Amino acid sequence: MKSHTKTLLLWALALVLVPGVIAWSCAPSAPHGANRPAAVSDIALAAQKTYVAPGDLDEYYLFASGGHSGNVYVYGVPSMRHLATIPVYTPYPATGYGFDDDTRKMLGGLTWGDVHHPSLSETKGDYDGRWLFVNDMNGRVARVDLRDFKTRQILGPIPNVSGNHGSAFVTPNTEYSMMATRFSIPIPKGTVAPVEDYASRYKGVVVAVKINPTSGEMSLGWEILMPPFNYDLGDAGKLASDGWMFWTSYNSERATGQLEVTSAQRDRDYIAAVDWHKAEKAIADGLGDTIGGVKVLDPKKVPDMVYLMPCGKSPHGVDVSPDGKYIVGSGKLQGVTTVFNFEKIQTAIRNKDFSGDEDGIPVLRYESIKDAEVPVGLGPLHTQFGPDGYAYTSLFVDSAIAKWKLGTWEVVDKVPMSYSIGHLSAAEGDTVSPDGKYLVGLNKLSHGRHLSVGPSQPESSQLVDISEEKMKLLYDAFTEPEPHYAQMIKADKLHPIEVYPKEENHHPLAVWDVKDAGVTRQGDKVIAKVVAVRSTLWPTSINVQKGDTVTVAITNIEQTTDELHGFGLLDYNINVVVDPGETKTFTFKADKEGVFPYYCTNFCSALHQEMQGYLIVNVR
Amino acid sequence: MKTASQSLARRLETPAGMLPRAFLVAAALLVFVTYLFPLWNMTMFAPQYPQGLRLHIYSYKLDGGNGGQDVHEINVLNHYIGMHDLVSADFTEFKWIPFVLGALALLFLRAAVHGELGHVLDMVVLFLYFSLFSLWSFGYKLYRYGHDLAPTAAVKVQPFMPPMLGRRQLANFEVTSTPGPASYVLGLMALLLVVALVLAWRGSRKPAPELS
Repeated sequence: MKSHTKTLLLWALALVLVPGVIAWSCAPSAPHGANRPAAVSDIALAAQKTYVAPGDLDEYYLFASGGHSGNVYVYGVPSMRHLATIPVYTPYPATGYGFDDDTRKMLGGLTWGDVHHPSLSETKGDYDGRWLFVNDMNGRVARVDLRDFKTRQILGPIPNVSGNHGSAFVTPNTEYSMMATRFSIPIPKGTVAPVEDYASRYKGVVVAVKINPTSGEMSLGWEILMPPFNYDLGDAGKLASDGWMFWTSYNSERATGQLEVTSAQRDRDYIAAVDWHKAEKAIADGLGDTIGGVKVLDPKKVPDMVYLMPCGKSPHGVDVSPDGKYIVGSGKLQGVTTVFNFEKIQTAIRNKDFSGDEDGIPVLRYESIKDAEVPVGLGPLHTQFGPDGYAYTSLFVDSAIAKWKLGTWEVVDKVPMSYSIGHLSAAEGDTVSPDGKYLVGLNKLSHGRHLSVGPSQPESSQLVDISEEKMKLLYDAFTEPEPHYAQMIKADKLHPIEVYPKEENHHPLAVWDVKDAGVTRQGDKVIAKVVAVRSTLWPTSINVQKGDTVTVAITNIEQTTDELHGFGLLDYNINVVVDPGETKTFTFKADKEGVFPYYCTNFCSALHQEMQGYLIVNVR
Repeated sequence: MKTASQSLARRLETPAGMLPRAFLVAAALLVFVTYLFPLWNMTMFAPQYPQGLRLHIYSYKLDGGNGGQDVHEINVLNHYIGMHDLVSADFTEFKWIPFVLGALALLFLRAAVHGELGHVLDMVVLFLYFSLFSLWSFGYKLYRYGHDLAPTAAVKVQPFMPPMLGRRQLANFEVTSTPGPASYVLGLMALLLVVALVLAWRGSRKPAPELS
């Protein structure tokens, strides 16, 4: 090769390599923007604030929704320790939930639910620590009794409501738990209409589920027919705005198909404002039509009951300030959150200051009811409140929390969240008297901020200190899938029992003495009354005939805390756990002959392993 | 010639003063106070029972801490070592102790009315006898519970004597046995009786006023 050709080649190589190396070394390994730090914390401060010494108790309970696990998870704050799982819509063998007759009946054949929004019962707008209501997307709502942390009622599926997302928000004195349709359908359920007729023949509803003020028992109240929007989140008015209920809605385009595009065309969607006292009165006046077995009000026939407030497009959260004067709506595709003034809303209604209507429902003029557009950041979703006039808004897109002041609308602080925060839950942060102190960001992504557990990654919930001017990240907790909203209540507001008192057990099949345990028969129906006590299940054998319908009633006669007993029956898919002082029954058909061991599944004592017996299914 | 015993007998017939009599009445009234409190308390601590299990033994009943639940719990635990259940029906003491206490109260009142030194002495002796017999009965009961263990018990333990007074470690349990308030009331009664006796004895040294 000639030397000048060689030189040329070398130059050419250098021309490619040098810019390549320069370009490669210029690719940033970390973001440049100083406003995008990863979520970090002051370790000494965080450790001190979150460390709850062994044997010490947390200050708050956090009731976190478990999403499509169908459960509610209970955490202690500030330690973020998982304390208990409350199964609601899903069988849970750990507590025998969904295996005994009562809970199986309550589940109604469904084995999953999607829990998004727990709602603690309130008196005068403050948590009273009595019940927790939780929604299920399958049109149901459940009540957890906080006396024993057990699901006591599941109501539904409620007629006409389809995809119960906007639930289970309670009114300030727990008069109602409110629900709303997410996926409009032709109603009543079972009606078929082509999806092309969506805009006219598909309907949404909002539902008021009545709550008995002393027992907490829920019953079907009334519904209001709504345009086919997707109703999302809700919050009840309080103090100044008591008597009103607010729901965000998206897809005011009434679009179908690829909704992520088709429903995001208009600049504004709506917050629906419902005067529920007016609705109550209309129902009392007999103005409801029966649809699907429930009284449904049509806003066309009952004017002055429902109004629409234009809000930034595709809003998620709507949150009423502690004094009830402001309604904060967060358009999740915007960079601002919108604050409406309840007084201005009332004035606009009085002056009929409308900018249009949707199916006869007046649309209030945006400019007349809005107080501020607060530049909180990108993707505002949900707002909670502190005791000192501050509001905290989660920012999904920015992956952060913004702190801002009601009245001055000034954004004073931001803290990054890891990553993509959805809801947030401040200590009693949606009541008339928020506590401040702690806030938990319920994040959608954890992106490896934990030991790897494979592709199915846990969600992350981050504890933030909001006791001072600057928010401080304290702790990463990896919560069971999938926390949506949560409620944080001061621990001293709850007074759970630790055993079921014997004198309160009125179960007809309860037996309290091992001498009374045994098997009785009526035709082919067999009842086995079982006593569970350390460390024997009495009787120690149960004889039945093949084909019998067998009811086993287990009474745990212990009155000692934490002495739970289980009854696992092999090959018959049964496991029931009975708490001290409790009686549970399960019924099954003895359709397999043979000998089937049963045993105590919940470790109880030194001789727990000996706590067993045999079900003998004889051939006739 | 007066013998010593005749002199003593005469002395015993000396009427007691008002103060010793008042003390007898007070002792009689204190009997009712003994019903209000336990005679004896047993407390059992174990790692699993940080709050302790508590037995309260009254003159007429057996009670437990935690609304009575601790008695059940102790029985559940004891069945593993084959000990008899602690049930009130097995304690004849719960019948005769209240009866005897009531009878003693009546006798105290009787002695207060009759008011002779000898009666006061009788009361002291009777009360001492009652107290010692009750203590022996309690101790014997504990001995039997600790020794009459079912041979079929799941956990075989050496027969043992639960502590009557003080603390003892039994397996994982630290058992403490202490007199209850009612025992202190009984002690107070004993004190009243003894003081009454001493006062009456001293009073009897003065020559009795001659009746004309």
